[in-house]
Amino acid sequence: MLGPIAGILFDGFAYGMLLFLLSVGLSVTLGMMNFINLAHASFGMLGGYVAVTLMQHFGWPFLATLPAAFVIAAAVSMVLERVMFRRMYRATDLDQTLLTIGVVFMSIAGAAYFWGTVQQPVAVPDYLSGAFVVAGVNIARYRLFLIVVALVIVAVLIAGLEWTRFGAQVRAAVDNQRMARGLGLDVDRAFSLTFALGSGLAGLGGALAIAMVGLDPGFAFAYLIYVLIVVSVGGLASIGGSFVAASLLGISDMAGKYYVPQLGSFLIYLVMVGILMWRPTGLFGKR
Amino acid sequence: MAAVLPPQAAPHEFLRARTRWHPLEIVFWLSTLLPFVVVPEYLQLASQIAIAALFAISLDLILGYAGIVSIGHAAYFGLGAYTAGILSKHGIGEPVVLLVLGAIVAGVVGYASSFIIARFRHLALIMITLGICLMFYEAANLAGWLTGGADGLQGIKIGPLAGTFKFDLYGKTAYSYSLIVLFLCFLLARRLTHSPFGLSLRGIRENAVRMPAIGAPSDAHIRKVYTIAAAIAGIAGAVLAQTTSTVSLEVLGFQRSADVLVMLIMGGAGKLYGGILGSIVYMVARDQFSGINPQYWYFWIGLMMVLVVMYLPNGLLGGLEKLTARWRRSPT
Repeated sequence: MLGPIAGILFDGFAYGMLLFLLSVGLSVTLGMMNFINLAHASFGMLGGYVAVTLMQHFGWPFLATLPAAFVIAAAVSMVLERVMFRRMYRATDLDQTLLTIGVVFMSIAGAAYFWGTVQQPVAVPDYLSGAFVVAGVNIARYRLFLIVVALVIVAVLIAGLEWTRFGAQVRAAVDNQRMARGLGLDVDRAFSLTFALGSGLAGLGGALAIAMVGLDPGFAFAYLIYVLIVVSVGGLASIGGSFVAASLLGISDMAGKYYVPQLGSFLIYLVMVGILMWRPTGLFGKR
Repeated sequence: MAAVLPPQAAPHEFLRARTRWHPLEIVFWLSTLLPFVVVPEYLQLASQIAIAALFAISLDLILGYAGIVSIGHAAYFGLGAYTAGILSKHGIGEPVVLLVLGAIVAGVVGYASSFIIARFRHLALIMITLGICLMFYEAANLAGWLTGGADGLQGIKIGPLAGTFKFDLYGKTAYSYSLIVLFLCFLLARRLTHSPFGLSLRGIRENAVRMPAIGAPSDAHIRKVYTIAAAIAGIAGAVLAQTTSTVSLEVLGFQRSADVLVMLIMGGAGKLYGGILGSIVYMVARDQFSGINPQYWYFWIGLMMVLVVMYLPNGLLGGLEKLTARWRRSPT
């Protein structure tokens, strides 16, 4: 009895960590600039394709592709931020939504053009595949690896936000952007860096995701919805909130698929609407 | 337009001036008959455009006028489509009756959810509208015995329109029918947006907190317009089910909600003709691009959206208005 429950908790948590990596960047940038970036999951997809390409055509080892996915997704997002998004910060919610949906469309078509519409195969190295059993719970090595990576990133993010000068600037900009500007902080620069960092994390999440959920051009849309759920349920600009929301979402998704597969994703949407009706700013949101 | 009136004009004169028909409007509606003569082979597409335009108008009522951003409007479209499809399987073949029933079901559900919608704004609102739509999608997927699930609804039997006109492959009946429904609903929406009620909706869009202070209850107005918009979306869905004789899960999908949003914004929100113009441009572009290259047409649609948002803040119609205003100014 305990075995399956612990197994679901473990698998669900691993899945949740994946969602966390994909969404934490959006949570912070949304909180900071109120910029609704629906193209966030596209950066995740980009990271995934970078990893696949490097492994297949250049023979890079899996682990080495992860930082590359981070860097390239971050770099591309920085360019887009400069030429496109920066001009839209003062636009309405609607225009931002639309602009970024346009970017999503382009990214999906671009991915289909360069990589085709088929699922991308990925070979996880031997030391990360397979599973072992601890106290009756089947632990897949890859998922364990995913959890460890995510936890390390959470720790680094929280420490960075809490104790570095840059982190303090970001917090100030989130709390009160005008005041932060008034005090002479370069909010635009802080935002552009945060944006790149968040997109890079999404890229990393995308690269890590392929081995677990696969990768095709539909990724940008399919995970966009999950990302939005994490962000809105967790509350804006709250790393802890995103963490909790992503874990909850991952675990309830796994549990739902295991115990009530006939309900599908219905339950998740119901829970999301319920939570938002109860707390419109999310579980940990301030505004 | 309204701005040329002297400020001392009485309120009812102001309202009446706004409801007057512009010659261009008459030209536009007459030109919707052109497809019958000019491109008879594209009547099916024209019918699809009319349906999309109707759906865009219903979204415009809540988004363009009342300022409620919804990315789950397909919920009501799908409800209307499924209502019409399922009832036609069980012996109700008369298109107009099905239309009314589709509108009623979508309207009732819209009224029920409007109590939730009226309470929220911003990101929470966007996510709740999306969540409601996704729930309907999943529910339709799960209730395979009723909806046919992922395979789509089988065995829709639509009777001839008014007992005489059959829906055929060429789409002559389909387009006539969609166009008539579109025009009637447009008249309704036009009357609505030009009424004092429509004006107070704009007030809500500009400032939902201040409106109650001048005696216009925001929540009640939002509930009303949301219900009306849901019913019109249901009509659009029912027309789609009838003219194509198919209903699949896609009518409830996120894609459909996103598409209609794009059409509306591209054409220009807050102007009824914006949604119509947007759906014409979008559907024709989609038809052409997917003809050139079925896999990558999304790219061009995406590029179009980005360009419209960046360079035409009020949509195509807003851009046109600016152009004509400049053209009018220059000779003087």
